[in-house]
Amino acid sequence: MTEIAEPMQTAAPVSLHTGNAATKRLKARYAAERRFRLYGILAIVFACSMLVILLSTLLKEGTSAFFQTEVKLAVTIDAGTIDPQGTGNPAEWDRGAFQTLVSDALYKEFPEVTGRLEKRDVRGLISPVAGVRLGQMLDKDPSLVGQTIEVWLPASDGINQIVKGGIDRDLPELQRPINDQQLAWFDSLEQRGDVRSAFNTTFFTASDSNYPELAGLLGAAVGTLLTMLVTLAISLPIGVAAAVYLEEFAPKNRFTEIIEVNINNLAAVPSIVFGLLGLAVFLNFFGMPRSAPLVGGLVLGLLVLPTIIIASRAALKAVPPSIREAALGMGASKLQAVMHHVLPLAMPGIMTGTIIGMAHAVGETAPLLMIGMNAFVTSAPDSLLASSSVLPVQIFIWADKPERGFVELTSAAILVLLAFLILMNGAAIWLRKKFERRW
Amino acid sequence: MDSMTLNKPVQAAVTQPVKMSARDVKVFYGAKRALHGVNVDLYQNEVLAMIGPSGCGKSTFLRTLNRMNDTIDICRVEGKILLDGQDIYDPRLDVVQLRARVGMVFQKPNPFPKSIYENVIYGPKLHGLATRKDEFDAIVETSLKRAGLWNEVKDRLHEPGTGLSGGQQQRLCIARAVAVSPEVILMDEPCSALDPIATAHIEELIDELRESFTIAIVTHNMQQAARVSQRTAFFHLGDLVEVGDTEEIFTNPRDERTQGYITGRYG
Repeated sequence: MTEIAEPMQTAAPVSLHTGNAATKRLKARYAAERRFRLYGILAIVFACSMLVILLSTLLKEGTSAFFQTEVKLAVTIDAGTIDPQGTGNPAEWDRGAFQTLVSDALYKEFPEVTGRLEKRDVRGLISPVAGVRLGQMLDKDPSLVGQTIEVWLPASDGINQIVKGGIDRDLPELQRPINDQQLAWFDSLEQRGDVRSAFNTTFFTASDSNYPELAGLLGAAVGTLLTMLVTLAISLPIGVAAAVYLEEFAPKNRFTEIIEVNINNLAAVPSIVFGLLGLAVFLNFFGMPRSAPLVGGLVLGLLVLPTIIIASRAALKAVPPSIREAALGMGASKLQAVMHHVLPLAMPGIMTGTIIGMAHAVGETAPLLMIGMNAFVTSAPDSLLASSSVLPVQIFIWADKPERGFVELTSAAILVLLAFLILMNGAAIWLRKKFERRW
Repeated sequence: MDSMTLNKPVQAAVTQPVKMSARDVKVFYGAKRALHGVNVDLYQNEVLAMIGPSGCGKSTFLRTLNRMNDTIDICRVEGKILLDGQDIYDPRLDVVQLRARVGMVFQKPNPFPKSIYENVIYGPKLHGLATRKDEFDAIVETSLKRAGLWNEVKDRLHEPGTGLSGGQQQRLCIARAVAVSPEVILMDEPCSALDPIATAHIEELIDELRESFTIAIVTHNMQQAARVSQRTAFFHLGDLVEVGDTEEIFTNPRDERTQGYITGRYG
């Protein structure tokens, strides 16, 4: 056992790094770090709360749009009314007469009503276009003509809003679209069990309408789909080809530098400018039809082209040069090296960039207004040249409408658009995972 | 003329025919001259080691031998490089064919991010050397055997080549280069990223490969040059200072710069 000598204890030397001033500096540094972390947490909390507010507002406003108040009526399909000429051919039917049948069925529910004004009030319980729904049923089953059938028909916008709470029924009579008499009739219908709240299939099967209870998103969704197909078909091949050429083949000189700067600038050009370009070139010069998904797709394709080129170039740049050298050293031509090795390795990055670009395009409104895609279109487009709307423009149009029912439709449409975006981003992540390879 | 006499290749004691020869090769990067006229011969079935301090131009010279410098925009090569008497910078010569005849192994192992099997057959496929599955199988087996990798990977040929260890990856790269049956193999510091055991493995391999190929190897490691090469070339600041039998260079260098470098006074 040997004693280990204690090191000689001399007076603690005052070091630059242990003195009071040093301790102070250290404290200040820790404080700065804590402060910075706090700022970060605050920023995240702020962003999250904004997101929660946005989503909860949309859900609160929008979910009611997925349900619709319907009233059960016993409608007598009088052959003489809808088919005055007696042709028996559904194409010859008087489409306007279906609403008359609905009104007649309503009067039967309230036999005490006789006056012209009172009759008008009774008609106000049911959607003024409920006859369209009746017509659709008869188109499916023409044998119903001449029978009395019980059908659920959409209530009018005013009734719909009263039921859903969009309009307060305790408001003074003059401030609501439904008067006291109508409320009383509606309550009696409800007591008889002739009122229900059904899933609003119209919202997904119909296109735009002036009546909120008949308006749907199908036309806009199909229009968005067609437009996106054109956008993808235009921008992906051109964008990737341009990126590959610029990154792998183009000589590095003043000219290519100017091109590069211009591509970066194009990515920052306000989108409405692309709309003006589309108006001038595609509509006025090439004479393409207005409001068509083809033109919308072309314009949006130009819009996302810079995004795709920039993302693809970054992805190509990130491929290690040793892979190119390996391929060239094996005797591959430059094109073969790119096609066999560089491009597949860059694919996840290119996919991500493309889908970010497409998600950007899905939400674009301004350039599409310039080429007339804000037209009132009541049917889904059946070709790339047919008139059409798209989701964001449909939202824009509905947000502008005065009827109370369009408020909830607007929110519901935004929810659908968000679902579209989440779907696309999910696809992006899935594709990236699928194509990702390690080296 | 002066440099011509200075760089005059020393006649080696071996009697192998000349496979490649460089005559007054100058390389420019833009306005900067990286090589000031190199004259050297590569003899068949021989290993030529190129040594010298960093930035002396040895890698640059190696890359002129299969025109890998073509990929650098600002790089320009003057002089003549002959492969079996034919100028490889002749515009009529196909660079794809040249690189099939003069293969290359790089400093950092760079297998393709594909399976081991696909890595090896990439070259033969590219040059149309085989078409049937059994032909490819045979190429894969012989190439991997030549690279001393067969026993380690024969059961997992379809696993990614990037999953191998560094030394195995480098041997896979050698197998890949060997698969197209080149005449010359260029190696650019093939062991600099490897541990001593993997290095020893590759050095043994180089000695075996010499039986079938002509090899030029750039190395920072003078012991390695002494171990694997028959002749050694010493580069300094873009000049080929001295080239001769490896033993001669390391025991009795004629130039004092060579002397200084191999005795560790600089470099």
